[in-house]
Amino acid sequence: MHDHIVSAFDIELKEVGRKVVEMGGQAERLVIDSVSALIRRDTALAQRVILLDATVDQIHREIEEKSILVIAKRQPVASDLRELVAAIRIASDLERIGDLAKNVGKRVLAIEGEYHPQKLVRGVEHMSELVLEQLKMVLDAYAGKDPAKAIDVWRQDSGVDTMYTSLFRELLTYMMEDPRNISVCTHLLFCAKNIERIGDHATNIAETVFYMVEGQIISDERPKADASSETSVAFPGAAQG
Amino acid sequence: MTSAVDPNLSVAAAVSARPDAAPAPTKIKVENLNFYYGQNHALKNINFEIPEKRVTAMIGPSGCGKSTLLRVFNRMFDLYPGQRAEGSVLFDGVNIVGKELDPTIIRTRIGMVFQKPTPFPMSIYDNIAFGVRLHESLSKSKMDERVESCLRKAAIWEETKDRLHTSALGMSGGQQQRLCIARTIAVQPEVILLDEPTSALDPISTSKIEDLIDELKQDFTIIIVTHNMQQAARCADYTAFFYLGELVEVAPSDVIFTNPKQIKTRDYITGRFG
Repeated sequence: MHDHIVSAFDIELKEVGRKVVEMGGQAERLVIDSVSALIRRDTALAQRVILLDATVDQIHREIEEKSILVIAKRQPVASDLRELVAAIRIASDLERIGDLAKNVGKRVLAIEGEYHPQKLVRGVEHMSELVLEQLKMVLDAYAGKDPAKAIDVWRQDSGVDTMYTSLFRELLTYMMEDPRNISVCTHLLFCAKNIERIGDHATNIAETVFYMVEGQIISDERPKADASSETSVAFPGAAQG
Repeated sequence: MTSAVDPNLSVAAAVSARPDAAPAPTKIKVENLNFYYGQNHALKNINFEIPEKRVTAMIGPSGCGKSTLLRVFNRMFDLYPGQRAEGSVLFDGVNIVGKELDPTIIRTRIGMVFQKPTPFPMSIYDNIAFGVRLHESLSKSKMDERVESCLRKAAIWEETKDRLHTSALGMSGGQQQRLCIARTIAVQPEVILLDEPTSALDPISTSKIEDLIDELKQDFTIIIVTHNMQQAARCADYTAFFYLGELVEVAPSDVIFTNPKQIKTRDYITGRFG
């Protein structure tokens, strides 16, 4: 693409884009650290995640302010306008991702010293690997303005949903086996839900990247496989009503 | 954003749902139009339809042919030897490029407003009445009515009603331009051509003219040439982009300014001409 006649406009657009990539890196780091804190029961790392979320919020504000300023000054249209709208949208998805990672960090502190069912923690870890892969891919798709890669991410979200549904079922079973597990399992359930939500935000970002590049909304039905809201596990021995 | 994306939804479909982007009958149909200034081939095989009672904007860099096309629409080029048009411009199905049609008749049906306000050196009242008297003989009271209704339509009645018989040259630039629009609609044309009508005006007068354009499209087909892209985006239902004498792209303005199909259009409207 040609440069703008007004070169300051190019510099401003690039600056916004660079900040979004930087924010993406920060949010990704928070997710990695929060999951690692959960698996290794590392409360120090969890504390750090909680603190560092503020830096993600800060850069979110900067991106918004900068984008609004560019819109006011340059009256961008077409691809320029879509780029700025995409930056604002992606920044708010990344901000939510930061919040969700922070929430996982808080839960690591809440379940400190309690029994950790390793198998379930592994389940959460496995799910988070998939989500992190998506997040990384979608940030690459943004940086490279690659709509095909964005579509790939968008299609993968149902895999995370399926995993979350099965984890949900397992956690319910654990709670029924021994009520002492309820506290830990509930926290783990929320952690799993947070990570699943991070996947949803990655999918949102994929939609935004596609719109930014193509000027159109992805025209397929969004793949969904989160059946947890329809899932129940019968209590052993209870009368079925 | 988390709800399912409607598979039937696209930006284009959403745009065409706008009432003003709904199909309107064609008022002017340009077919294989070529225009020459002597040896200079200024318009190259233009094919283009202008819908009735809609605002169509023509944009493009200087020398791209947009003003030339406007001049073809009301046969301005007849005044200059060595300029000629080939092809056809069908106005309600009648070819207005052909020599058989009297240009003065065309010009009562297709009015034009220029970049610089051009009031006649006479009273505000006579500026309006002058053109009407050439074509119709109205009684004093009928003429008064016509003058008032035109000034009202051009959103300038309140400012002029107490000074109708003072010179039009004493008005501000924005008022003069609205007077010229009133004068244009006084002869009851069907199409109004606006050649950069606000480029010499301040932002408030510009807003008034743009507001007026919105009103006038209830009754008239409007074609506007503008260098101000935001103005085209704001006022026009359709926008046509010209470059080096060729029509590059024409589409609903909502599409042109959010997602143009041609790279040249995108480069021009985003300020990237390289």
